[in-house]
Amino acid sequence: MSHVALVNLWFFLIAFFWLGYFFLEGFDFGVGMLLPFLARDDVERRVLINSIGPHWDGNEVWLVVAGGATFAAFPGWYATLLSGFYLPLFVILVALILRAVAFEFRGKHDRARWRRWWDRALFWGSAVPSFLWGMAFADVLHGVPIGAGGEFSGSVVDLLQPYGLLGGLAFLLLFGLHGAAFASLKTTGELAERSRVAGERIWLAALVANFAFLAWSYERAVTTNHAGLVPGPVPLASLGAVLATGWLLRERRLGWSFVATAAAIVLLVTTIFLNLYPRVMVSSLGPTYDLTISNTASSAYTLGVMSVIAAVFAPLVLLYQGWTYWVFRRRIGREDLAEGY
Amino acid sequence: MDALTLARWQFGTTTLYHFIFVPLTMGLAPIIATFETAWLRGRNPAYLRLARFFGRLFLINFAMGVATGLWQEFQFGMNWSAYSRFVGDVFGAPLAIEGLLAFFLESTFLGLWLFGWNRLPEVLHALTMWMVALGTALSALFIMAANSWMQNPVGYAMNPATHRPEMTDFPAVLLNPVLLVGFPHVMFGSYLTGGLFVLAVAGWYLLRRRHLDAFARAARVGLLWSFVSALLLTFTGHAQAQVMTRVQPMKMAAAEALYRSQGPAEFSLFAVGTPDGKHLVFDLTLPHLLSVLATNTWNGRVEGINDLQARYQRQYGPGDYAPLIPVTYWSFRLMVGLGFVALGFSALGLWLVYRRRLEGSGWFHRAAIAAAVLPFAANWLGWIFTEMGRQPWVVFGLLQTRDAVSPEVPAWSVALSFAGLTALYGLLAVLDGWLMLRTMKGGLDQEAGEAEEPEALPAPSF
Repeated sequence: MSHVALVNLWFFLIAFFWLGYFFLEGFDFGVGMLLPFLARDDVERRVLINSIGPHWDGNEVWLVVAGGATFAAFPGWYATLLSGFYLPLFVILVALILRAVAFEFRGKHDRARWRRWWDRALFWGSAVPSFLWGMAFADVLHGVPIGAGGEFSGSVVDLLQPYGLLGGLAFLLLFGLHGAAFASLKTTGELAERSRVAGERIWLAALVANFAFLAWSYERAVTTNHAGLVPGPVPLASLGAVLATGWLLRERRLGWSFVATAAAIVLLVTTIFLNLYPRVMVSSLGPTYDLTISNTASSAYTLGVMSVIAAVFAPLVLLYQGWTYWVFRRRIGREDLAEGY
Repeated sequence: MDALTLARWQFGTTTLYHFIFVPLTMGLAPIIATFETAWLRGRNPAYLRLARFFGRLFLINFAMGVATGLWQEFQFGMNWSAYSRFVGDVFGAPLAIEGLLAFFLESTFLGLWLFGWNRLPEVLHALTMWMVALGTALSALFIMAANSWMQNPVGYAMNPATHRPEMTDFPAVLLNPVLLVGFPHVMFGSYLTGGLFVLAVAGWYLLRRRHLDAFARAARVGLLWSFVSALLLTFTGHAQAQVMTRVQPMKMAAAEALYRSQGPAEFSLFAVGTPDGKHLVFDLTLPHLLSVLATNTWNGRVEGINDLQARYQRQYGPGDYAPLIPVTYWSFRLMVGLGFVALGFSALGLWLVYRRRLEGSGWFHRAAIAAAVLPFAANWLGWIFTEMGRQPWVVFGLLQTRDAVSPEVPAWSVALSFAGLTALYGLLAVLDGWLMLRTMKGGLDQEAGEAEEPEALPAPSF
């Protein structure tokens, strides 16, 4: 394959890893941030945590792989993105570290105060990264100061622009909705019903935020940000999926409502990547400084090696990760926790 | 302090902290899988209880490894963006492959092991822990491939337009001689860690005469595991010294505080140098031993720091090409010394097993608890040696550490993250230590951490 084809392939693959990450971790973030609102007692909190227990760690690997693949395929992107977003990333990683530890440590001790602290870690560890990832991706698309040599030349203030904050809000609310749909699907009885109702309540806010963000993005895509692809009907489809979620939740079509929230997230992130392409980070100092798939990419040889490895192992990973969802397909209820920790 | 110094301290601190949990994860996974397999073969319930008991400790430790590993994956780009931009073409590939091959395997199969007790067939369940062990080993292989390339860059060509190394030969990166000897060394170091950890826990129980039968078995497994690993560590270490002499002679000389080239070369047992590490004041040596260690011959010549410094100045221009000698000298010595203590200790334990005196030797149980420190300390010292010994280079011969730091991240940002991480890691260390001890003391039969689930719940439907 030519270098151009490989570079395009890897942009597509990295977009795919991020899509997978937000689709999967989106629901475990959602369940994490709804934890204090959905559960009435410790048993219910454990039910909710166990509903994502076997999956969250595997979901998070999608993030690590997205990071590693970006490093290998687009070193210039990896370097500028991570050093430019130093403080937000630091906060995201601290939140994710606390959250990861909370999953394992919470159940190991039955004092109420111990568990309350880890519940807080789960809530903030889910909500904060949801918001900041949305903000970061919106900023990447909107443009941040990137000067000659591809270096970030702004400060943390440049990352807190209105468009970025709106992106953060859209991610946060959509993940919440996604988590509510997941919890209503994976739990039983009153808790499942409460999750469904919570989904109905978040729905309108999620719809408004998603609409505002996508409308603004679309407007920019056809005016000032026209160096990328115009996302066409994709944002409309994302909005349609959120609209449908409301109806599906009311009709108690829970499986389909989860599919709809997943589609809304995937289509939202697709909108961002479409409008980004062929750039990987937009420079607010002018299009000459944009980072693109060609000026940040690795050599054809490296991309070729990586392609072979991805072609062999990515399907394998999808297969066995899919299998775990099959193994743990059943709902989890209070009865499951009658004994044990 | 400037951003470079802060970033270096932050990298060293967070990486060493991460490497408390990693070797224990790598070492414990195959032992737990061994216990579970032993149970399947002989149906002795003691092994099942041991597998579940050590599984609980494993999970606490694994969570810490995963959590601190997140920071590892991203700090290259955050603090070392010039490095990332420079080496991504070669260094990024093994890192990405590590995620795709190893991390998915570990996390997915650990989830299956943890939540799958009543849902997977028994053989399949035991197999999931073997898959976790395989995943951790693959992870070590690829991250070591990346690190070995920093020690000894191979399989690349410089792009004349960008002045960056580009990968030209991926098999050569995976057959890097530094990797071929370094990977088994790290693996056996981790297996030693797992073995001595199991032995220490068993020692605690044997001392208190609790679960005597089960922990006597655990102690035997731990001892055998430790002894074989420690023995193989000496061979891989010896092989490493020879590769190092060839590809990083300065590191070998720095390990020995060998200023003038020697042939035959003496091995230094105890040396005192000037505080700046530039000159020797006193040196107690064993003749010929360094020649044997470094070149596998009785009279082999080993180059000294002064000659190498002169050669590197001719090759790379003016500058100081020697690492901090006191750091390399002592970390190397102490690592080797602790390794031999671990070898002797596990041999002693096996002798007690052979004389059927293991269960009754309280002094050995106490010593076994203390001996758990040995592999952790040796692992740290080994990494301090190998990374500090490469300085001033971050990629040997290609890029110096001072040129690798993120130019646009201000010192106050690094100071903020360093302070935050120190506080967070400190807090987690206390909680982790407390929880490990508590779980360890809780006995074989606590049922914590596994979600028991009865049958007859409906699958979610559309």
